Amino acid sequence: MNAVAPPPPLLEVRGLAMHFPISEGILINRKIGEVKAVDGVDFTIERGETLGLVGESGCGKTTTGRCILRLERPTAGQILFDGRDISGMERRDLVGLRRRMQVIFQDPYSSLNPRMKVGDIIAEPIKVHGVEPDAKRRHDRVRDLLAVCGLDPKFVDRYPHEMSGGQRQRVGIARALALDPEFIVCDEAVSALDVSIQAQVVNLLEDLRERFGLTYLFIAHDLSVVRHLCQRVAVMYLGRIVEMAASDELFDNPLHPYTQALLSAVPVPDPRIEATRAFQPPKGEVPSPINPPSGCVFNPRCPMAVEGCRRQRPALRELRPGHWVACSEVQ
Amino acid sequence: MPPLLEVRALHTEFRTGAGLVRAVDGISYTVEQGETVAIVGESGSGKSVGALSILRLIPDPPGRITGGEILFDGRDLRRLSEAEMREVRGRDIGMVFQEPMTSLNPVLTIGRQITETLEQHQGADRMTGERRALELLEMVGISDPRRRLRQYPHQLSGGMRQRVMIAVALACNPKLIIADEPTTALDVTIQAQILELMKSLSLRLNVAQIIITHNLGVVARYASRVNVMYAGRIVEAGSADAIYHNPRHPYTMALLRSVPRLDQPRRARLDPVEGQPPDLTKLDGGCAFRARCRFAVERCGQERPALERAGEAGHRAACFRSAELLVAQDVAA
Repeated sequence: MNAVAPPPPLLEVRGLAMHFPISEGILINRKIGEVKAVDGVDFTIERGETLGLVGESGCGKTTTGRCILRLERPTAGQILFDGRDISGMERRDLVGLRRRMQVIFQDPYSSLNPRMKVGDIIAEPIKVHGVEPDAKRRHDRVRDLLAVCGLDPKFVDRYPHEMSGGQRQRVGIARALALDPEFIVCDEAVSALDVSIQAQVVNLLEDLRERFGLTYLFIAHDLSVVRHLCQRVAVMYLGRIVEMAASDELFDNPLHPYTQALLSAVPVPDPRIEATRAFQPPKGEVPSPINPPSGCVFNPRCPMAVEGCRRQRPALRELRPGHWVACSEVQ
Repeated sequence: MPPLLEVRALHTEFRTGAGLVRAVDGISYTVEQGETVAIVGESGSGKSVGALSILRLIPDPPGRITGGEILFDGRDLRRLSEAEMREVRGRDIGMVFQEPMTSLNPVLTIGRQITETLEQHQGADRMTGERRALELLEMVGISDPRRRLRQYPHQLSGGMRQRVMIAVALACNPKLIIADEPTTALDVTIQAQILELMKSLSLRLNVAQIIITHNLGVVARYASRVNVMYAGRIVEAGSADAIYHNPRHPYTMALLRSVPRLDQPRRARLDPVEGQPPDLTKLDGGCAFRARCRFAVERCGQERPALERAGEAGHRAACFRSAELLVAQDVAA
């Protein structure tokens, strides 16, 4: 029997780092430090998979997404998209890539041009990339995209302000789909929506993934949404991944002390459970990424920290099949 | 003993370009001494306008309180003069808002924000004020309070700023705190710290709280009683246990089913409330939820159901078919 090599993952990120310089001075500009927004991140996303990237403000999850989209040029590391390293690609070479990866932003209010009609917003990427020069066929394509996203095709002539938040986010999704991408970064894509509407959009994203074989990087701070939408989840803290596992495994058996603290901070909608649940939010606040703690970045807040945690940065280790943890104290 | 706060048939309207919006359309509820009541609802449900109306902080124009009574500690706040009302705000009723960066004055030090309140309401002198400010900062868990007194809001993190807001709200020993989405802008771990702090202080100082939020987890953990709002009205009210384990309004049921839960195994499909929230300028005489309701009947389009007793004492729902929903299971189980 001949073993066939499995196809490479759609996305592989190796040692990704994004350090933003902090400079001082007007005439003579000197670099006085750097913000280590992303500091050595590794993960892969298989075709058709949804990977959740979670963490609190400033953990580097959005910057990671922006590096993958090449809206930033990372300061170190590789980003292999479909086997090809795109981390150092020049602007003109990125044009072809932009057709294959798209993004859905958090705020359906500020990410849509208020002076453009919905139809023109969705047609814009098709025009820019010269995919469909024929105006009539482009118009049909826009109407199809609206229907696919659960909107009445008559919305082509509306302006964003005439729509509700949920409808606007559907327009943002239709625009992301316009070029038939393979990969979509969803950056807090459902965070601004009301609960009843949020569930509609989560279901839409899942339907689209199945129907078009899409692959998602789902960046979010809402852990409950991530548990249900993502097959695998990576938890970031101060620029690093501290834990990564299949969704249910991560939420049922969190191993890293930070993940445990994070999960215990989320109240669940059931007063009987909450009445008896011990609640131990982590103490203190996230330190500055300008001067992160040495060794394990979580050590100053960690209840399990020992002397060694201050000296050595723990590597991600696979403690159970598919369950990776960056903590030297967890066995 | 009468309740600390009794809101009766409160109406607040806004005149907008698109027409008249009845943002709060006849809500009634009570808050007892020392208890925590949640007002839960989605955008546009009127939950914030309802709370701001209690404090008479509705910008006029375009808004106006058009009816109802707000009985607080034996007085109808609607009948007070503006000067009397200023005394109530900040002294008898403390406020905590969502965005601590915009509700704190950026050009005043932390210490001054607190002493200003004390001087205005209690005639405290500078020394007494500073002593009390230090005490308050310690109470809300701010490290190195002596240094923080001299700092400005922008030098503090979002969580720290919200602690300062709580200190200001508590400065004059209020009987009630109104917290409007107090942790929505904060990360979950900071949210947990702030809410645990508010809960312990409320118990210790016997301060009643109204928490306005869209977060059903927060409500479950911190509120003893809950008012669910939809399109300007309270559609269901009751103990937290009754609301979560025996909901009697289709909106409450649908809302609870639509929330993804951290404590339940992954399901790729959620159970949304179908349809869009109603346009408040186009409400008719029927039930505002009927277009999205799977139990709607003809009558729902003709008249609006009143908030009436459903199930246990104190549990009320505004639905003609509330009694039939009994069979419709324990959604939270």
